[in-house]
Amino acid sequence: MGILQIVIILLLIFVLSIPVGKYIYKIISGERCFVDPVMNRVDNLIYKISGIKKEQEMNWKQYAVALVLTNLVLTVILFAILRLQNLLGLNPNGIGPMEQSLSFNTAISFITNTNFQSYSGESGASYFVQMILTCFMFVAPATGLAAAAAFLRGIIGKSKSLGNFFVDLTRFITRLLLPVSIVLALVLVFQGVPQTLSHNQTVATIEGKMQDIPLGPVASLEAVKNLASNGGGFYGANSAHPFENPTPLTNIITIISLGLIATATVVAFGHMLKNKKQAWVLFGVAAFLLVLSVGVTYYSESKGNPVLERVGLNQSMGNMEGKELRFSVAESSLFTGATTAYQVGAVNSMHDSLTPAGGMMAMWNMMLQTAFGGKGTGFIYLLMFAILTVFLCGLMVGRTPEFLGKKIEGREIKMVAIAILLHPLLILIPTAISLITPGAAASTSNPGFHGLSQILYNFTSASANNGSAFAGMMTNTVYYNVLIGIIMLVARYLPIIAMLAVAGSMASKKPVPESIGTFRTDNTIFAVTLLGVIIIVGALTFFPALALGPIAEQLTLR
Amino acid sequence: MSKHEKKSFINKEIMLKAIKDSFVKLNPKYMIKNPVMFVVEIGFLITLFLTFLPNTFKEQDTNIQLYNAIVSAILFITVLFANFAEAVAEGRGKAQAESLKKTRKDTKAKLLDKNGNIKIINASDVKKGDIVLAEMGDIIPNDGEVVEGLAFVDESAITGESAPVLKQAGSDFNSVTGGTKVKSDWLKIKITAVPGESFLDRMINLVEGASRQKTPNEIALTMVLVSLTMIFLIVIVALYPMAQYSHVKIPVSTLIALLVCLIPTTIGGLLSAIGIAGMDRVTRFNVIAMSGKAVEACGDVDTMILDKTGTITFGNRLAADFIPVGKNSMEIVGRFALISSLKDDTPEGKSVIELAKKLNIEIKPEEYENNKYIEFSSQSRMSGINLPNGVQIRKGASDSIRKFVLEQGGTVPNDLEGVTAKISRAGGTPLVVCADKEIFGVIYLKDTIKPGLVERFARLRQIGIKTIMCTGDNPLTAETIAREAGVDEFVAECKPEDKIDVIKREQAAGRLVAMTGDGTNDAPALAQADVGLAMNSGTQAAKEAANMVDLDSDPTKIIEAVEIGKQLLITRGSLTTFSIANDVAKYFAIIPAIFTLAIPQMKLLNIMGLASPKSAILSALIFNAIIIPLLIPIAMRGVKYKPMSAKAILARNMAIYGLGGVIVPFVGIKLIDLGLNPLLKVLNLV
Repeated sequence: MGILQIVIILLLIFVLSIPVGKYIYKIISGERCFVDPVMNRVDNLIYKISGIKKEQEMNWKQYAVALVLTNLVLTVILFAILRLQNLLGLNPNGIGPMEQSLSFNTAISFITNTNFQSYSGESGASYFVQMILTCFMFVAPATGLAAAAAFLRGIIGKSKSLGNFFVDLTRFITRLLLPVSIVLALVLVFQGVPQTLSHNQTVATIEGKMQDIPLGPVASLEAVKNLASNGGGFYGANSAHPFENPTPLTNIITIISLGLIATATVVAFGHMLKNKKQAWVLFGVAAFLLVLSVGVTYYSESKGNPVLERVGLNQSMGNMEGKELRFSVAESSLFTGATTAYQVGAVNSMHDSLTPAGGMMAMWNMMLQTAFGGKGTGFIYLLMFAILTVFLCGLMVGRTPEFLGKKIEGREIKMVAIAILLHPLLILIPTAISLITPGAAASTSNPGFHGLSQILYNFTSASANNGSAFAGMMTNTVYYNVLIGIIMLVARYLPIIAMLAVAGSMASKKPVPESIGTFRTDNTIFAVTLLGVIIIVGALTFFPALALGPIAEQLTLR
Repeated sequence: MSKHEKKSFINKEIMLKAIKDSFVKLNPKYMIKNPVMFVVEIGFLITLFLTFLPNTFKEQDTNIQLYNAIVSAILFITVLFANFAEAVAEGRGKAQAESLKKTRKDTKAKLLDKNGNIKIINASDVKKGDIVLAEMGDIIPNDGEVVEGLAFVDESAITGESAPVLKQAGSDFNSVTGGTKVKSDWLKIKITAVPGESFLDRMINLVEGASRQKTPNEIALTMVLVSLTMIFLIVIVALYPMAQYSHVKIPVSTLIALLVCLIPTTIGGLLSAIGIAGMDRVTRFNVIAMSGKAVEACGDVDTMILDKTGTITFGNRLAADFIPVGKNSMEIVGRFALISSLKDDTPEGKSVIELAKKLNIEIKPEEYENNKYIEFSSQSRMSGINLPNGVQIRKGASDSIRKFVLEQGGTVPNDLEGVTAKISRAGGTPLVVCADKEIFGVIYLKDTIKPGLVERFARLRQIGIKTIMCTGDNPLTAETIAREAGVDEFVAECKPEDKIDVIKREQAAGRLVAMTGDGTNDAPALAQADVGLAMNSGTQAAKEAANMVDLDSDPTKIIEAVEIGKQLLITRGSLTTFSIANDVAKYFAIIPAIFTLAIPQMKLLNIMGLASPKSAILSALIFNAIIIPLLIPIAMRGVKYKPMSAKAILARNMAIYGLGGVIVPFVGIKLIDLGLNPLLKVLNLV
């Protein structure tokens, strides 16, 4: 049953990604679409109000500057709002200003589409802040998608321009994120998710005790949280909380919305390239990685915990520690796989309580970033590995490597190298430093291998702009707030800039006509090689760290 | 392929020199040019330090000093192996350069002043623009152009070809190379090169590898290797505190061993050797590439522009048939053709005699001994002899002979037109034979395609290279030859400027173009082409414009150059893939070895069943070292290359070097472990 459930939901994501992919292609290319009659007016109004010249084309530098500056300004605004949330109204629960380092962390977290949360929404954020954060949940993923759109135009396109950042940003919000979120929010309300501005209720439970029931504008945040790779919950417990994810139906809808857009981006790429086979090759590689990780997680979780079994606790239901009873092991495993593979970061179970192997697969997804990955950016990573693979394969057929008809030379390789180098740097070095810094290491809830896993997980999550947490660890300290904040920042923008540079340089190259001597990248050999490169370069890098964390823990568990 | 191929890539002399050089190259100043091996050298220095001061990090391991010593020894050997690979590659070039240098002995030159007086000066003092005299037996002091005179020159010092070649002022064969020797007569030469920058000097520099610069592709690959090195450096640096946190003690030398195993030392050690060997392979074909970039560019060539005459065909048209017209027989045509050619020294004339012999057409040559030979001239466009009885026998171009006959009141047979047109259409040249006012028939001169070319063009098509034939012939003739040779396109009635247009057109479509040429008017096209191969027999201007010079002056060598270029890139890519794929096995050897002492359950990851942690680490490290010399032959000779589609080549190389790269180290490390473990037991290092 569990496997069937997983298979059906994954298939739903894959099938739905086909029409959505076509739609995203139309958003990127500006091709005529059924929503144009209405949306063109809306967009034009927005352009008019904000002074966007939609015909203005940008080169890669202009595009990168527009992207970074827009994000920077918004970050500063968000930081100010967080610091001043007690003065800005819509604060029925009387929450005080957010602490400095936590505000720094939170502001970066939400602009970088990470949504790493070292605060609990119920006690740490006013309704106003929650609604502002909801806004950022549109802007941040739209920024990632815009970067992907520009990247695609560059590597495929014939013109030197990468498009207009502001137009891309607007179109992704108005045509994709906003309408779908509205529909999703209504479905969630129908399933029992609160959407209100009234303050928390204190009620008497059947046990005769008093309990605070947190409320708020949850459904609106929840919809876009899952749809757009955000993952920052309204409540601390995230999608495990019954008000965020009340029913098995909302759970399925949530999982589908976690993966839909990132999967569809690959389909959109096929339309843009006018070579669907090429897109399916990348799709296949990403899907394989996703299925692999979900499979291992499910297998490990359903086997349960041998230590608990030995003390006489029945593990026939699998490892239910940290999981919600209303969701099965299968649903939780799939959710874990999807949220880490798609860099969403929402959780419906506590990843800290996963079996070590399950926890490792969650980390593995974030280390690779290519099992579809985050909105827009995941696809960029996938193509980046493809460029590296092309470089090796291209040499092996005796030509200067070409990808999508453009030569891959020193400049592109340099940028790709920077982006690939960055991820292990931002994960391993901070982990190592934290482990030997007494105060930092003390934040973990367990010593030994699991403690190492906790720290490793959090930095991996930050560097992958995922945002999920190994919950056992206390990360709301100045040290972690600042360090993780910086990691999220660098991990988000440096690769985007590097990849826009690649796009810019490829856009300015003359396309090489294809011949029989050209190495094709739309076949099985390439797919297998790409997979090999991702695993050897992307994953083996983390093998020693994983060996000391989850692998050691799993092996010593019996 | 050439005879050079079969030579062993190494001999004792080169070997000894290379061993010496591998030590010289240990100099860090030199090593830093190869970042991957530089890291290994630093690792060696650290472990060496720890061998003498084993307590620096307070490591409590048994026999740690001996262990450090062994690790540092293996690292040292690894660096030496890499240096050796490079030294061997250079050694072969250097040996060649030595023999070239011998010709550059200090000689005297005869400088001519304005009044034509001779002044004897040192050859090295001859400046650009000077006019020198070179007489029989003199060595030409520097590159130049013949301004006066005609002589045979022995160019064997450079080309290896012993037959002297004719040099003549005002012709396309007016360029002379410094270091070559005048064999007959004399030449007045205007020097065109600065001392020390002659063709010979450049050639010595090139084969020696002195002026070798990294090619763009090598730079890009180095970038990949450096970033992989940095990634693994991060991994290792982070591992130490992580292990400490988990109460796992890892000796520093083990960390260094792991680092060296993971960074791409195999390709890092062989990369420059591959590049040098690629250049060397070209040189062995008697082609001088002006840069490594030129050789690599060959691999990317999409379009090849070839001259018809001299490249695709022999150029001299040979008699293939005698075709009678009117009421004449083949015999008669043959007879008169033969008579007209008796004193004809041109290849055409000789071929007529051969053909007649083959067809058993006989005359008594002594009867015609005292006849007057009429040489071919561009005005008359015919040749022949005048018999003592006044009969004029001629063979020549159709319209000239027709005019000749009509002037004397003769008639032109009706079927002549048809016969000559048919021959022209077939790509041949008709030579009409007549005596006085009677036309007998036609000699069918056929341009012959060089043997083997048809197959080679087919091979080029297999690897996706388009061939374009350029010829001054009319479209009909051009088409016939093009069809027979199997080229993809042709340009008829092609002037030198047209070639540039063709190149530009192809380049505009994003294609890389290669071409060969020899004349001065080819120079602009050679410069425009991405790969230009000039003939050594050609003019100085052509050689300057090209980025490769073929010493044998064989235009078809461009095809070999392309294959060598491809092979160079393939070798580089395959060994990189191999090197990276090796990491899988090395991880599985070392990671369990490091952790098993502290976490006994880790032995589950020891899938190779290696005997002990130390043995596992050292086996991986030894494998990592010896794989470099084992791969030197592949780096030198290049990965085997057969023309196939890109997909087939990739599948093949991926199976050998990708999959093989994963599997081979598993086997290799296990074997080394089997042999090493008993030894370590003796040393008490288990």
